[in-house]
Amino acid sequence: MSGYLTGVLVVLAFNVMAAYAVYLPLAAGQLNLGIAGFMAIGAYGSAFLTNEYMWPMWAAIPAGALAAGLTGLLIGLPVLRTHGIYFAMATFALGQVISALFLNLEVVGGAAGYPVTDYAGPNVVFAAAAGVVVLMLYISRTRFALELTAVKSDATVADLLGVPVRGMKVAAFALGAMVAGFGGALYAHHYSFVEAQHFNVLLSVFTVLYVLFGGTQTVWGPLVGAVFFTLVPELLRASDQWRYAVFAVFIIVFMALRPQGLVTAALFRLFRRRAPEASS
Amino acid sequence: MSTALEISALSKSFAGVQAIRDLSFTVPKGVSTALIGPNGAGKTTVFNMVSGVYGVDAGRITVNGVDVTRMPSRRRIGTGVARSFQNVRLMPHLSVLENLLVGQHVRASSLAALLTPYRLIPNHRWKREARAALEESGLGRWADETVSALPYGVRKRIDLVRATLAGASLLMLDEPAAGLNPSETNALRDHLKALMAKGITLLVVEHDMHFVESICQNVVVLNFGEKIAEGPLSRVRQDPSVREAYIGSDGEA
Repeated sequence: MSGYLTGVLVVLAFNVMAAYAVYLPLAAGQLNLGIAGFMAIGAYGSAFLTNEYMWPMWAAIPAGALAAGLTGLLIGLPVLRTHGIYFAMATFALGQVISALFLNLEVVGGAAGYPVTDYAGPNVVFAAAAGVVVLMLYISRTRFALELTAVKSDATVADLLGVPVRGMKVAAFALGAMVAGFGGALYAHHYSFVEAQHFNVLLSVFTVLYVLFGGTQTVWGPLVGAVFFTLVPELLRASDQWRYAVFAVFIIVFMALRPQGLVTAALFRLFRRRAPEASS
Repeated sequence: MSTALEISALSKSFAGVQAIRDLSFTVPKGVSTALIGPNGAGKTTVFNMVSGVYGVDAGRITVNGVDVTRMPSRRRIGTGVARSFQNVRLMPHLSVLENLLVGQHVRASSLAALLTPYRLIPNHRWKREARAALEESGLGRWADETVSALPYGVRKRIDLVRATLAGASLLMLDEPAAGLNPSETNALRDHLKALMAKGITLLVVEHDMHFVESICQNVVVLNFGEKIAEGPLSRVRQDPSVREAYIGSDGEA
């Protein structure tokens, strides 16, 4: 594999992990616009452990993920009292605050950034992303995922059927934060350098865009969205500038015509029904 | 006789307007009851208080002997009370079977149950149970359809199956026959009679008196948030205050 291709695939792997971090709360109807903040917690937390405490990577990276997940849990409890656009704004602000915090934290280098001594190769990153995808596929086959959809679809009815609506939302939010932290921790150890400016609003917003483009109805949507948004701009890189504009117009038109995203539950049912018909 | 629902001295007001005033009535187990009255009489408000969507200002609500007055809405299904809404509220993007699975939550709410990958297990008992319940009601062929694609009458009945799977013994139905054509109404009536035969007690808000007559043994009449009559429909019909509430004192229809 050429160095260039490996580089692109590593970016894809990080984007896939970030996409699932956004997807989990979104599956319960919660738009987290602060995902970059949770990545930063994972990145700085794990790097601090390997740099200063000589923790091995295999322990420091999950610890970073756990720290992000725990932050999600603690912050999710109060923040999830807000709904809809207010929730999105609260997470947006949260992401900014976390990022600013690290920017001013001298113990991890402040604005100068924080070099990381341990190195995780591309294969580790690929394996981690594959692990996240498998975990998400597993979750999507459980009652937990079904009840998240129920909460998103009609919280009142879900509540009357006994589903712990708030608990489900908090769990999805915290799990998403943990996945974000996991991705961030690997990011720090792959690129051997963390700077707070990387974990900015654009990163959060782009990730949400992948997920919405891919679709939130099924577990495949975020994967398809991340692949599309990583590879297509890469293919356009060597071409004329105007093609980027065409790409942007395409996204706008696509989302206007198909707001539910590319991959939907109905699409799957269509294929499932076609298959037996074709064989008979 | 033990009671399915006991409401005593219940009151509720919204922004100073008294929606329910000192309301008391009892639904004995096995005696399906209709809650009737003109629009705005407070029928749906009673449903909302019993299910816990609204809190109460005063009074007491007991379901199957359990005081639920201050119980969080989410826990009330555990006492055996379930409800439908005027416009059927199934999860539109989920399949029929998935909607029924959500209904089973109350009996599958442990962490282990939540994390069981039932979709990977062919013929998992939850799916089997939900399919069996559908078959029993003659709705088996809709199991894998998306809810939003189904006829209204079928959706209403799937709502009933979901409540049954949730273990409801007291089922509150908000205008079940509204918007149905005659054959759908008949199917619904048969379905409800089958539920009653299984020991489920119904509390029904309904304007169609023929439908009420065919399902309910007892009637409670509300007007402006107060009970004005109670008893078998044939007797309540003759009650002058009921006639006045429906027809109006000045003879307006």
